[in-house]
Amino acid sequence: MLTAVISGFIFALLIPIILGRLKSISTLWVALLPLTLFIYFLSKIPEILAGNPIKTSYQWVPSLGINLDFYLDGLSLLFVLLISGVGTLVFVYTSAYLKGHHYLDRFYAYLSLFMASMLGLVLSDNIYTLFLFWELTSISSFFLIGFNNDKEDSRKSALTALAITGFGGLFLLAAMVGLGQITDAYQISAMAPMADAIKDHSLYGWVLFFLFIAAFTKSAQFPFHFWLPGAMKAPTPVSTYLHSATMVKAGVYLLARFTPVLGNHEWWNGTLIIVGALTMVYAAIHALFRIDLKGILAYSTISALGILVFLIGLGSPDALLAASVFILVHALYKATLFLVTGIIDHETGTRDVTQLGGLNKVMLPVGIAAMLAAISNAGIPPSFGFVGKDLIYEATLGMGDLAWLLTCLAILTNVALLVAGFVAGIKPFIGKLPEKFKNVHLPAPSMYVPPLILAGLGILFGLFPGVLEGGLIKPAVSSLTGARPDFHLQLWHGFNLIFLLSLITIGSGTVLYFLLKPSESLLKKVTAFDRFSPQSLIMGISRGFALAGKGWTGFFQNGYLRYYLITILGFLSLLLAYRLFIGVELLINTDVMTEVTFYEAVVLLVMAVAILFTVFSKSRLAAVASLGVVGYSFCLIFLFYSAPDLAMTQFSIDTLTVILFVLVLYNLPKYLKLSDTRVRIRDGLLSLIFGALISILALEVMSESLSKKTTEYYAENAYLLGKGKNVVNVILVDFRGFDTIVEITVLAIAAIGVFGLLKLHLRSTEKE
Amino acid sequence: MKTIIFKSASVYLLPLLLLFSVFILLRGHYLPGGGFVGGLMASIAFVIHSFANGVENTKNIVKFHPGFLMPVGLALALLAGSLPLFTGETFMTGLWMDQPVPVIGTVGTALFFDTGVYLVVIGVTLTIIFTISEGL
Repeated sequence: MLTAVISGFIFALLIPIILGRLKSISTLWVALLPLTLFIYFLSKIPEILAGNPIKTSYQWVPSLGINLDFYLDGLSLLFVLLISGVGTLVFVYTSAYLKGHHYLDRFYAYLSLFMASMLGLVLSDNIYTLFLFWELTSISSFFLIGFNNDKEDSRKSALTALAITGFGGLFLLAAMVGLGQITDAYQISAMAPMADAIKDHSLYGWVLFFLFIAAFTKSAQFPFHFWLPGAMKAPTPVSTYLHSATMVKAGVYLLARFTPVLGNHEWWNGTLIIVGALTMVYAAIHALFRIDLKGILAYSTISALGILVFLIGLGSPDALLAASVFILVHALYKATLFLVTGIIDHETGTRDVTQLGGLNKVMLPVGIAAMLAAISNAGIPPSFGFVGKDLIYEATLGMGDLAWLLTCLAILTNVALLVAGFVAGIKPFIGKLPEKFKNVHLPAPSMYVPPLILAGLGILFGLFPGVLEGGLIKPAVSSLTGARPDFHLQLWHGFNLIFLLSLITIGSGTVLYFLLKPSESLLKKVTAFDRFSPQSLIMGISRGFALAGKGWTGFFQNGYLRYYLITILGFLSLLLAYRLFIGVELLINTDVMTEVTFYEAVVLLVMAVAILFTVFSKSRLAAVASLGVVGYSFCLIFLFYSAPDLAMTQFSIDTLTVILFVLVLYNLPKYLKLSDTRVRIRDGLLSLIFGALISILALEVMSESLSKKTTEYYAENAYLLGKGKNVVNVILVDFRGFDTIVEITVLAIAAIGVFGLLKLHLRSTEKE
Repeated sequence: MKTIIFKSASVYLLPLLLLFSVFILLRGHYLPGGGFVGGLMASIAFVIHSFANGVENTKNIVKFHPGFLMPVGLALALLAGSLPLFTGETFMTGLWMDQPVPVIGTVGTALFFDTGVYLVVIGVTLTIIFTISEGL
């Protein structure tokens, strides 16, 4: 199974090289990879069916519990088949859709990268690799949305999508860490038996909260839904694959995967029902007013994801069954509609439904696929959508007190989705063909066959639901509920309440379709409310954040060295003063001090004079030179206290400092004007305060009784372990050699910085 | 500062000071000294020379850009630190030769590490000073 996941990553690396050499021939063969994976996973069905989930584990970072544990059960199987199956068709479709595109090789690389990450995500059993693959899907999605990177819109949408899903990813990590803390286990499959203990744990609420944010951002739930319509800037194969069939379902997958572990708790069910219901109704109504085909599909996808979250929230076996079926139903019809939209866009150059019509006359096979998908979407028998919708109503009706409210919400959503599906799947193909589309022709078979297959399956599974039931749906439901399911999928239930509800849905939807004519003016009226949407709110917050950051940076990073110094010294003084006067008793212990010798007194006098000279000098060079005198006097003091190492280093450093200062200052003009008195007094005061505080600190340190342990250790072991008699040097190169490596690295970085700053500056002035 | 005395002296001072800096580097393990101070002294030797003869002339003596010493020194220090890994010990464990080398004394990884520090310090100091003196 590791090979299956890794193959996509390797493929992604190789494909730009291979395609770079084989520019001329068709890229249809690229689809062999997902096809092979699809067949490979199909071959696993019998094993899963027998109730034996397949488990493999490869050690990666065992000390942190991070291992490549893969786990293939019914739920994963449903997703991997979806990913590799839809993947195959999308790869085929792309070979014609982006034929001859300059960056086709790159596109395939991103697409395989995404496919591999997605497979890894749904197969991961380890919570940390789950997070890893989750982030990888966000990143590959970023590349794919921004594929047309010469357009500002694409770049912006890609960034929004990455920001939202990446933000959610961090919450996923938090949730996983929390779960790890609670259970002390790293495998999801090992957590299910602890479900009760987890729910009683005090961290349960937090884990739930983090997990929800992760799932809602990824699966575009209200109020994080707005990145998805923006993501439609991506080429159509991407919208099909990532933003309808697979990636956006990752959030749903996450919720489904953790249903046995965290589910069946009032917080879990309540939140998911509310958020799911809100999303499905909100987005479905939005979908009604869009005129861009992809916009319609985007909002109806959000709505469908809302339905899935809602169903998982209901949590009953019926609802989980409905969710499993609906995942498949939705993938089949929505991917078809997206592919068809891509064809329309590719051939006619527009996606505006108000302009499209009568395309059946020029591209009948495409029209057939679209209509079949619209039928499945509408839930008209004998499509698979009808089976799915029946199950949804059955699930909502079984909810006791809230049954009618929930059912009404579901009906409302389905009616709106039906209209959206008709507008996207039927309207462009019927009616009169506009004059300008007379020359439109049918695209290459590799473009219209994939949607035909998908749409055909949507009907086939409706006619023979038994085909799927045993192999796919039953294992999936059993991994959700933990029990062997007892149900039987069928198309025809007889005349009952559910059938009546379906009829109502179809009837009122069809009526609404004829009444509501989407148009630009209507869209404008609706978008007037955008000001109050979560998108404007979140975008506003992010703008405010940027502004605040700019203001903050502008205030502190003002580019004047003097203000930097004032800020640093002032802040340090405040801290020191607070600590010294509040927390510490001032105690200057004169006993530990030695007598001041004559030499010391002389050196101190020299230093004092030099400092005064520095402060009041009128020449920069003289000030620098007298600073050097202070430094050399320090060397003498070090020598008096028998620290020759320090003295030597201080001596060299001081020499170099003076040289550096002279180099810099030599070329500057003489002081033209001294800074005015007020500034000098301010700086002088700050210096005095800071100096005084440091002196007090130094004296305080003297009165503390020193622990001699470290000193003794070094003194004793320098020769024994480090074979050196110079303790200072042995510490530098041996005991604390690691610090030294880091220090010299920092030095090198500083030098490169100076070099870069000055040289780059020179070059830019040379240009002028 | 281009007096004849200073100029003539600097020609002799450069090799002397360099030799002295190597001496400081080598004695570091037993007596005051070491790579850091040694490196600073070597830099000062070059700086004195450049003051007397101009940066261009000093650069001609060195032949390559002093910045080149930084990666070399870093690599040497890192190598000295990772050598023990090959003998199965932890990073930065000191390894020592059994027999002392004539003149230098017992040689261990610490010496190479210190030489790395020495080179980095020369590279850093000279890069900064040469860049600044050229830039202005």
